[in-house]
Amino acid sequence: MKIVRAMVGVVLALVLQSMIGQATGTVRLPFDLALVWTVAVALLYGRVYGLLVGSVAGLAQDALSAGVLGIGGLATSLAGFLAGWAGTQFIVTQSLPRFLLYLGATAVHGFVFMGLYYLLGLRVFEQPYVELVTLGLVNSAFGVTLFWLIELLPGLPERWRVSRERRRKVRYH
Amino acid sequence: MALPDTRHRVRYLFVAVMVGHILLISTQVTSRAGVSLLQTGVVASVTEVQRVLWGAVSVMHGVWDGYVDLRDVRAENQRLEREAADLRVLVQQERASAQTAEHLRALLDLRRREPWKTTGADVIGGGVSPEFPFIVINRGRDAGLQRDMPVITAAGVVGRVTDPGPHASTVQLIIDKSTAAAVLIERSRSQGVAIGDGNGMLRLDYLAGSADVQVGDTVLTAGVDGIYQMGLIVGTVERVERAGRIVVIRPAVDFTRLETVLVVVEPAPRPSSNRPAQAPAAAQAKQ
Repeated sequence: MKIVRAMVGVVLALVLQSMIGQATGTVRLPFDLALVWTVAVALLYGRVYGLLVGSVAGLAQDALSAGVLGIGGLATSLAGFLAGWAGTQFIVTQSLPRFLLYLGATAVHGFVFMGLYYLLGLRVFEQPYVELVTLGLVNSAFGVTLFWLIELLPGLPERWRVSRERRRKVRYH
Repeated sequence: MALPDTRHRVRYLFVAVMVGHILLISTQVTSRAGVSLLQTGVVASVTEVQRVLWGAVSVMHGVWDGYVDLRDVRAENQRLEREAADLRVLVQQERASAQTAEHLRALLDLRRREPWKTTGADVIGGGVSPEFPFIVINRGRDAGLQRDMPVITAAGVVGRVTDPGPHASTVQLIIDKSTAAAVLIERSRSQGVAIGDGNGMLRLDYLAGSADVQVGDTVLTAGVDGIYQMGLIVGTVERVERAGRIVVIRPAVDFTRLETVLVVVEPAPRPSSNRPAQAPAAAQAKQ
């Protein structure tokens, strides 16, 4: 069940990223939702899930962006695996540690992704560090928001129902 | 067989995923040589393994050979010592022979054969006609040219400098009727005089009756006429008629396509009263 949820999340992340890009008319968005979801999966389910989901998400991104198949997969799976490992080594239940974790995962992803393209002479990044910092900050913000939503959503209907009952009782009395 | 624990399984999975991605990348990216990185990597790995194995085998082979050789080394040492002693005697004999030859050379006042020094020149004039076979080159006395210096190309002899001017010189071609050069047949060492026949060919005269000449023989300068050094290629024998009385030589040089030539400036030609440039004089000298 976990793997299904993780894969559905990958599809949603890719679709969402594509739709946002299309809606805003931006070719290169300053965030990577697939990576954000991969890190989230790694923190929720462990490093193996991070590795596998990152691999699938990265390969899908490579295939959809006409890049070299495998570079994105390698970078995202490595980032997912390391994020999962870090989740077991450090306490990342608060927003700041999660933010930092996302920054680190984005940095690993960026170095591997850009580094491989650069080493193979396939692509030149004009301002790699600026791109990386921007991507890291925005990804981290998305990641913290995602975890806030994940923690909020499961109890929300229950909490909403209890709150409504309480208001009704107050009105009748 | 027990299954590896979870930690190891995770490691194997991680390695497998990473290697899988790298292989996937390698199949798509080509190296500078145009071959895929996967192929390049495989070939490099295999050849490296081969190199290491070859090195190991070579070391083992060397050790074995050393052992085997060591067994015969004493006998070989004795044999080599005997050979060295014989060679020392031989060297002394050769040294004595060389000293004798040097002494004889001094007695006969023979010149040592010196290496040729040449200077390049461009052909700047002159028509190539059997009736008037000369050329003009763009080197003269300022370049050290003197009368009778041989002019050659990579193919063979062109002729000799006849009139060295300050900056240019005329060259009489070897196919001129009024020129002659002492030559020999490379194969049989038979000597004669090559004279221009007026038709772009050379005639080989003054051959001994017993001279061995065949069609296709290479004709070289004999080095005895005071102009041409020994061993320059003159041409090849094209016809032998009347039992060797008429021998026609085709020049090695194509005189219709002369563009650049070399003038042999050293060793300089010796002053001589019997210049073979004049055929009758050479003939008289021979007779």
